[in-house]
Amino acid sequence: MPQTVFAPWDDPAEKPLIQFKGVTKRFGDFTAIDNIDLDIYAREFFALLGPSGCGKTTLMRMLAGFETPTEGKILLSGQDIGPVPPNQRAVNMMFQSYALFPHLTIWDNIAFGLRREGRDKAAIEARVEEMLKLTRLAKFAKRKPHQISGGQRQRVALARSLAKAPKLLLLDEPLGALDRKLREETQFELMDIQEKTGTTFVIVTHDQEEAMTVASRVAVMDEGKLMQVSTPDAIYEAPSSVYVADFIGDVNIIEGKAHQTGTKLQIDWAEGQPALSATTTKNFDLGQTCYMAIRPEKIAISADRPSGANVLQGEILDIAYLGNISTYHVKLPTGHVIKAQQANTRRISRREFTWEDKVWISWTDTAAVVLAQ
Amino acid sequence: MRRLSGFNVVSLTLGFTFLYLPMVILVIYSFNESKLVTVWAGFSTKWYGELMRNEAFLDAALVTLKVAVMTSTLATILGTCAAYVLVRIHRFPGRTLFAGMTYAPLVMPDVILGLSLLLLFIGIGLDRGVLTIVLAHTTFAMCYVSVVVTSRLVAFDESLEEAALDLGATQWETFRLITLPIIAPAVISGWLLSFTLSLDDLVIASFTAGPSSTTLPMKIFSAVRLGVSPEINALSTIMIALVTVGVITASLMSKSAAIRKAKDEKAAARA
Amino acid sequence: MRRLILIAIPYLWLLALFLIPFLIVVKISLSDTALARPPYFPQLDLATGWQGFVDFLRELDFENFTFLTTDDLYWKAYLSSLKIALISTALTLLVGFPIAYAMARAPEEWRPTLMMLVILPFWTSFLIRVYSWMGILSQGGLLNSFLLWLGLISEPLTILNTDTAVYIGIVYTYLPFMILPVYAALEKLDGSLLEAAEDLGCSRTSAFWLITVPLSKQGVIAGCFLVFIPAMGEFVIPSLLGGSQTLMIGKVLYEEFFSNRDWPVASAVAVVLLLILIIPIVLFQRNEQKQRESEG
Repeated sequence: MPQTVFAPWDDPAEKPLIQFKGVTKRFGDFTAIDNIDLDIYAREFFALLGPSGCGKTTLMRMLAGFETPTEGKILLSGQDIGPVPPNQRAVNMMFQSYALFPHLTIWDNIAFGLRREGRDKAAIEARVEEMLKLTRLAKFAKRKPHQISGGQRQRVALARSLAKAPKLLLLDEPLGALDRKLREETQFELMDIQEKTGTTFVIVTHDQEEAMTVASRVAVMDEGKLMQVSTPDAIYEAPSSVYVADFIGDVNIIEGKAHQTGTKLQIDWAEGQPALSATTTKNFDLGQTCYMAIRPEKIAISADRPSGANVLQGEILDIAYLGNISTYHVKLPTGHVIKAQQANTRRISRREFTWEDKVWISWTDTAAVVLAQ
Repeated sequence: MRRLSGFNVVSLTLGFTFLYLPMVILVIYSFNESKLVTVWAGFSTKWYGELMRNEAFLDAALVTLKVAVMTSTLATILGTCAAYVLVRIHRFPGRTLFAGMTYAPLVMPDVILGLSLLLLFIGIGLDRGVLTIVLAHTTFAMCYVSVVVTSRLVAFDESLEEAALDLGATQWETFRLITLPIIAPAVISGWLLSFTLSLDDLVIASFTAGPSSTTLPMKIFSAVRLGVSPEINALSTIMIALVTVGVITASLMSKSAAIRKAKDEKAAARA
Repeated sequence: MRRLILIAIPYLWLLALFLIPFLIVVKISLSDTALARPPYFPQLDLATGWQGFVDFLRELDFENFTFLTTDDLYWKAYLSSLKIALISTALTLLVGFPIAYAMARAPEEWRPTLMMLVILPFWTSFLIRVYSWMGILSQGGLLNSFLLWLGLISEPLTILNTDTAVYIGIVYTYLPFMILPVYAALEKLDGSLLEAAEDLGCSRTSAFWLITVPLSKQGVIAGCFLVFIPAMGEFVIPSLLGGSQTLMIGKVLYEEFFSNRDWPVASAVAVVLLLILIIPIVLFQRNEQKQRESEG
């Protein structure tokens, strides 16, 4: 029996936890959210990814109840939560600034929401201790927020928002204030906690690596619209548009005219150059403008002419040495600069190529994605 | 954008009405025909005419202005020195006493300051007059200047001074060419603040003034002790008008400077 | 060398015109009243040398301070000043907090204007601001006319020349001192803290008491001291708005000095006033220090 993959979005019988139905939000004449439909399922770790000002934070604040949609409905477990004020929603939020109450101890910060529910003292104590343990903060319970480190503050904020066991936890750039190394550690910790508690997480971030690492699904947003909602690998390997391809990771985009026969596609991309070939399941009209998107790591680089579907010659313009890999910028006779990556399996002293070397680059016909827009 | 709740609108309206209504009434009644301040008998500017003919008031106003100009100039120099010493020189004998002395006059009741200075002037046999008022006013005004300049100096990026020294400027040149221009706005507000403090002071002036150096507040005080008078209303109106024009001009100037700066920065960012 | 001059000029000025005069006050408070010029005894005559100095010290005593405790005019004046200062500080807070709160909640582009409106009265003459209430509060004044017209009262109230008028005067003139620090504290308050409180189940009202109030505490304390300390030694307000039965120590001191020409007693009054004020001044300083530390 094969292990079941967590993919409720593919199961038509599954009921989503959250449904956005035709949600639009305007501030004056500015449209922050433009007619969005979106389903998020229970136990998902869902990432809203996009540049600043794309509307991702507004979307989250509508879930928390700090903003109300101008048009459309938001359902939580099938209930319209529009009229429910933030203090009565089974939704908690972890703020970007953490918003820890500076005059209260860590313990009291975590207990804050529980006390509002009027639970008895013993229950509150037990829950706070549980949260302290979960986030490894037991030692700091008596301290005030300014007496602990940034990483610890982040965990306090997490513990505080999880204490009430919300149906849905919203995280607004939760790791933005941490340095890179701590951020990477914390990403795994977040995933671990999410799995342990079984809470649905919606995270807002502008860091694509973070979204790819933690999320079960990622929604890429731009200018108030959803560009693509999919699993991280689908977003990376099968972006639906040039915008998504370009936003996630590094990519070479080659513009050309399509010439399709079945699943085979020939792309005329430059005067006097052989057409590039790719496979696609989409349909392109003859002569339609299309974009070939190819990731640098899928382009091979060699000194001798290889055989293959797409082979081009160029000259090395620049080398970016990143330790584990090197990125070569190869200038073609047409003026295009193509980025190709190679793993540095050998020590640097024995590097194969150097500046101004003439090299061949090549990729297979299944390596690239062809996009209409 | 947040909207103000009804409660907040009411607070602001009532608050500012409370702050401004008494002065508005004062201004209105300065144009009252009647000598009775509570009965409106028609519009008239006659009290302004009376005021202009009242030489005692004019003399007092002149004394007050003289005192205020001298005080603010002296206090600005002394206060700026004191602020610089407090912020930049961390170690010298008696620093704690010095810091205490620049702070204490801010919280010391006027009656005590006035009394102590009077006793000093009598003790050393200094005749009371414009000079003694200036000495007394400068002593407390310089502490206010020091507070204003200190806050600017603290916010000041010390590496600018270090850069000047690194480029070969002497300490004095650094102060004159770098520090002073940057703290200038605070120095100017310090001057204005001490000017109004001096203009405003009644208690300390009463202690330290001589018979020939009655200041305007002293004159007003002895007049209003006897009750409300339309002449004083007229005088108050003139003073309120001057201050209002002054403050609004100053704030418009600083606002336009801020706008100009923002514009320049925007243009620079585009280029 | 330049540095020495820079330190010396303000230092010597303050020594000569602040510290020494104050020591003179202390010294005279220990002397006796005399019918002479100057009207106190002993006089320090440096020509008499060391022996003269010792004799001089021997003549000093605490008689004036004992006098202050025996004559009930003085301790009543201290108590009444304390009462008036405390009550008017509380009233100023009551009036000032909602204004500061509304200012901090106002749209950002209004705030500089609102600030200017609060500060503007600072630049206007204190005396005139107090005086403006005389015409309003008097028997035939505008407030009484207004209340009569409304039909709330049938005959004019006596407000001017009572303690009530003094309270109004202090609240009015010191209101900006309360608004500014409270506003500064409220304005700094991070809006996301209130959202976090709401998110965790607080109503607006409980978020106000649990978050806003404790976090503006230091501003409130600063504002209270800024009102209380000068109100304690106030002279102009009780003189113009208070009645003959309004006892405030600043007024007593002034009259003791100018009307009775009793310098030693006036000095003793001043010394005791300062001793009373030292406690709130030190507390105020400590509050400011704490605030600076919590920010740094």
